Amino acid sequence: MLQVGRTAWKTVEWVLLAAVGLVFVFPFLWMFLTAFKTMPEVYQFPPTWWPESWQFENFRIAWSSGPFVTYVMNSILVAGGILILQFLIAVPAAYAFARYRFPGRNLLFGLSLIALMIPSQVIFLPVYVEMSHWGLVNTLWSLILPFGASAFGIFLLRQAFMQVPDEVIEAARLDSASEWKIMWTIMVPMAKPVLVTFGLFSFIYHWNDYFWPLIMTNSDSVRTLPIGISMLKAAEGGKQWNVIMAGNMILVLPILVVFFFAQRHIISAFVYQSK
Amino acid sequence: MARVVLNQVTKSFANQQVVKGINLLIPDGSFTVLVGPSGCGKSTTLRMIAGLESATGGEILIGDQTVNQLPPGKRDVAMVFQNYALYPTMNVYDNIAYGLRNRGTSKKECQVLVEEIAEIVGLTQYLKRKPSQLSGGQRQRVALARAMVKKPKVFLMDEPLSNLDAKLRNQMRVELTSLHKQLGSTFIYVTHDQVEAMTMGDQIVVMSEGNIMQVAAPLELYQEPDNLFVAQFIGSPAMNIVKDEENSAVVWGFRPEKAQLLAESAAPASSIEQRVLRGTVISREILGAESLCHVETEKGRIVVKVDTEISIQMGTHVQVIVDAANIYEFDRATGKRIGKGVGRVGQHALAGGMV
Repeated sequence: MLQVGRTAWKTVEWVLLAAVGLVFVFPFLWMFLTAFKTMPEVYQFPPTWWPESWQFENFRIAWSSGPFVTYVMNSILVAGGILILQFLIAVPAAYAFARYRFPGRNLLFGLSLIALMIPSQVIFLPVYVEMSHWGLVNTLWSLILPFGASAFGIFLLRQAFMQVPDEVIEAARLDSASEWKIMWTIMVPMAKPVLVTFGLFSFIYHWNDYFWPLIMTNSDSVRTLPIGISMLKAAEGGKQWNVIMAGNMILVLPILVVFFFAQRHIISAFVYQSK
Repeated sequence: MARVVLNQVTKSFANQQVVKGINLLIPDGSFTVLVGPSGCGKSTTLRMIAGLESATGGEILIGDQTVNQLPPGKRDVAMVFQNYALYPTMNVYDNIAYGLRNRGTSKKECQVLVEEIAEIVGLTQYLKRKPSQLSGGQRQRVALARAMVKKPKVFLMDEPLSNLDAKLRNQMRVELTSLHKQLGSTFIYVTHDQVEAMTMGDQIVVMSEGNIMQVAAPLELYQEPDNLFVAQFIGSPAMNIVKDEENSAVVWGFRPEKAQLLAESAAPASSIEQRVLRGTVISREILGAESLCHVETEKGRIVVKVDTEISIQMGTHVQVIVDAANIYEFDRATGKRIGKGVGRVGQHALAGGMV
């Protein structure tokens, strides 16, 4: 009896997970299939599941409909630049918050938590004004600098650094390591799963970001991929969903690749607490 | 190699003073053990010598240099921690070499030194492994190697064996002692385990509540405790303490292994001065060759160590007999030993004559 009950429960569990999984996977699948269809097939009713013939042409059309090489380069520079800047700032900040006692520590940490709670849409106007004062609007700097300090990164890293046993740091001090050296050669390697996870979140967020590049840029030379893709919609008369989806495929491909390789670290970052 | 001197060293955390002005001389090349119950300030003292805590007051000297203001890395000391504190992301080689690299030792010299030390502690074939792939004993060796490779003036050890199982602990105890002989450096070792202290140290510092209770060699500590605390802390089971009926300012004590059990009716046929307590056997613990008899006497519960071969029934009325030579007297108010240096209560004759 018990055995049967357990099997039934497993089946229910499996069906539920599959249903939830489908909700998330379906849009991706539909994007993938649409990217290979012809335009008439996209508008056909009832819709077909499988493309009648695989149209790789869509990718060529999407790629050549704008300066996509520039978009990709800009996206890499922006997402990568933000990532590097965030690490350079978050690592020392998190180390200080986690390991030092100094006056105003809690206040400063509280302030950075507040920053975590305010969405960029709320502060984009003053930031835009600031950027325009510095003459940085419509440059890649205006896309990178406002995100250089990540409250989320500082928070996440602080938690990871707090879990490093005191003795390890003390041993390093006895081994004549400077604080700077302890930070980069002891703490950072120990927080690797968290760093990878944070890096991934940050990279995906800024790679996909549509809002900020939209308001900060007005020429193709500094636009990023998401803006470029949305231009596909405007460029053609009737919406060529197949071409737009091909563009989207180009957009998400790097992220899927990165995710594939970083999956192990992401999982270990989230089970880190209970270890 | 250097001696370590503490002059009136104090340490306070917030409002609480945990080390209360201690003076201590740790001779060059000695194996000094700081021992005491948890919270007695022994670890704090060690951490102050290491520079991991700053002394609130007083002066700490390593060699002839005052080190109060020096950071840990500049004191030329090495420390072995209870939980080893290895760098988990580095392999064994890098763990050992880390301190050398930070001092600017060349890569080539590093390699020579690390390999030499790895050979001594038997880690040569594990150099490429991460700490997580090693057993507890092997991790302990890495921690030791990491300390040794720097050839420090002073080795500091904070309960380094307490995470090991009993068998391995005994083995490491012997290895540490012989290592100390080999290196000839000053070792300062913290433990709460009196057996570890007695077997390893050549100078033992007994601490309690931030004060030093006695500094002595193991044998002297056992035979001539300065005060009630040391008398009860050193020796297992602890010394029996009894109130004196004639003089309420005094308590006296004797070690469980220095008392005899006699049947109630037997007359103590001895010419030497003895003290007798009457009571009832209430329980018995068998340790192996010896047993501990718990005797409820009119002056409280007493433990006597007896030969396991002797059969004793629970509830038997007995006499506990102690030779005056084995009796220690203490001031009840201060806990100070009375009459130390002039021998114990009776003269101590060498049993069986000279050997």
